[in-house]
Amino acid sequence: MSKVRLLVGTRKGAFVLTSDGKREQWNVSGPFFGGWEIYHMKGSPVDPSRIYASQSTGWFGQLIQRSDDGGKTWQPVDNKFVYEGNAGTHQWYDGTPHPWEFKRVWHLEPSLSDPDTVYAGVEDAALFQSKDGGKSWQELAGLRGHGSGPHWQPGGGGMCLHTILLDPENPDRIFIAISSAGAFRTDNGGATWQPINRGLKSAHIPDNTAEVGHCVHHIAMHRSRPEVLFMQKHWDVMRSDDAGDSWQEVSGNLPTDFGFAIDVHAHQPETIYVVPIKSDSEHYPPDAKLRVYRSRTGGNDWEPLTKGLPQSDCYVNVLRDAMAVDALDSCGIYFGTTGGQVYASSDAGDNWAPIVRDLPAVLSIEVQTLS
Amino acid sequence: MIRVLLPAHLRTLAQVEGEVRLHIEGPVTQRSVLDALEAAYPMLRGTIRDHVTHQRRPFLRFFACAEDLSHEPPDAPLPEAVLTEAEPFLVIGAVAGG
Repeated sequence: MSKVRLLVGTRKGAFVLTSDGKREQWNVSGPFFGGWEIYHMKGSPVDPSRIYASQSTGWFGQLIQRSDDGGKTWQPVDNKFVYEGNAGTHQWYDGTPHPWEFKRVWHLEPSLSDPDTVYAGVEDAALFQSKDGGKSWQELAGLRGHGSGPHWQPGGGGMCLHTILLDPENPDRIFIAISSAGAFRTDNGGATWQPINRGLKSAHIPDNTAEVGHCVHHIAMHRSRPEVLFMQKHWDVMRSDDAGDSWQEVSGNLPTDFGFAIDVHAHQPETIYVVPIKSDSEHYPPDAKLRVYRSRTGGNDWEPLTKGLPQSDCYVNVLRDAMAVDALDSCGIYFGTTGGQVYASSDAGDNWAPIVRDLPAVLSIEVQTLS
Repeated sequence: MIRVLLPAHLRTLAQVEGEVRLHIEGPVTQRSVLDALEAAYPMLRGTIRDHVTHQRRPFLRFFACAEDLSHEPPDAPLPEAVLTEAEPFLVIGAVAGG
């Protein structure tokens, strides 16, 4: 019998939600690390019992926790993230140089082949790697060494490296995204990187089509087609069919193309999901209706999914890492809100129901499909 | 021995209850106390002071004997009452946030 385990990171702790393959009854455990911000948790695809968690607060800084028993117990591992060499400066909000300063880990991405190898995307933007299960961390400094680093600048949430995608067909290829520098790709295991932002247009930068400076919110791929990427940019939903070498807008008939989360159906690589959000400043659903939009054509043609979701007086947000899909035959879709709800659909988005309604603000959700 | 009282979150992290007692070799200063604390409880490294610069994290303060010692030099001797165990060395988290 299959089982599903949701790893939910919130503003005030971590929660682990489990269900059988029917996904009707859920067990909620936690909070783990109560009172701490859990920006992200993710399990190893090789060893699902191995889970990494990013735990931080403004008081005590960053911790990394590791579980080897599926989230029942946790051990702190190394939390020393030190930039390689002279860290230098990036641009501050006002355009002045600002020293590179480590603040927190936004995203943890375990290796597809080794449970002891895990990547960490951090603020101020950089990519770190551990090859010993989190006992030590080394920066893959070629990213900041690309040359454009001194021109990167923070988005509203800070200058965070929030997205890490590992190519299942090419272990030397990694995609990352930074707010608000843009997307980058390495084809040599992180030694060197290139910006992959051609086709993006951003009104908030002087040169709307600049090589870097775009506020990419999230990127998703289907593991069967790693050259096809879907992006939720600050504004615009984008698609690339050439591993990011070029992008085309696929916002189509969305009510607003601003948003944070984007994901791909587990078995239908052309079926994608976004949650449109009103912006620039409101950051809640348009018309106060919480609607997931699904495209079965890889973008442009979108349909609202509303059954079971609040369609009045809803003013929550869905953050960039707060949507995930399971791998069961009827694909399950999950997302968490800043209002503390975690919604689930066990039929690819046709019908939704809350698993929990009153968690702290949800920062991230990952799904493990267990056999 | 030196008595050290940590904030609740750090007591949880270090898996200790109440005060921590540390044996300090040499002069008893903020630096030597924190060095001994981190040696005994490695999971606390980086949570009170920066890994590299050893600067106190901005939302933490060091108190002892009803005095704020946060801005004293790290190698300044701690008050005699801390050395004699009459008073603890307090690591205090700012009352702030939501």
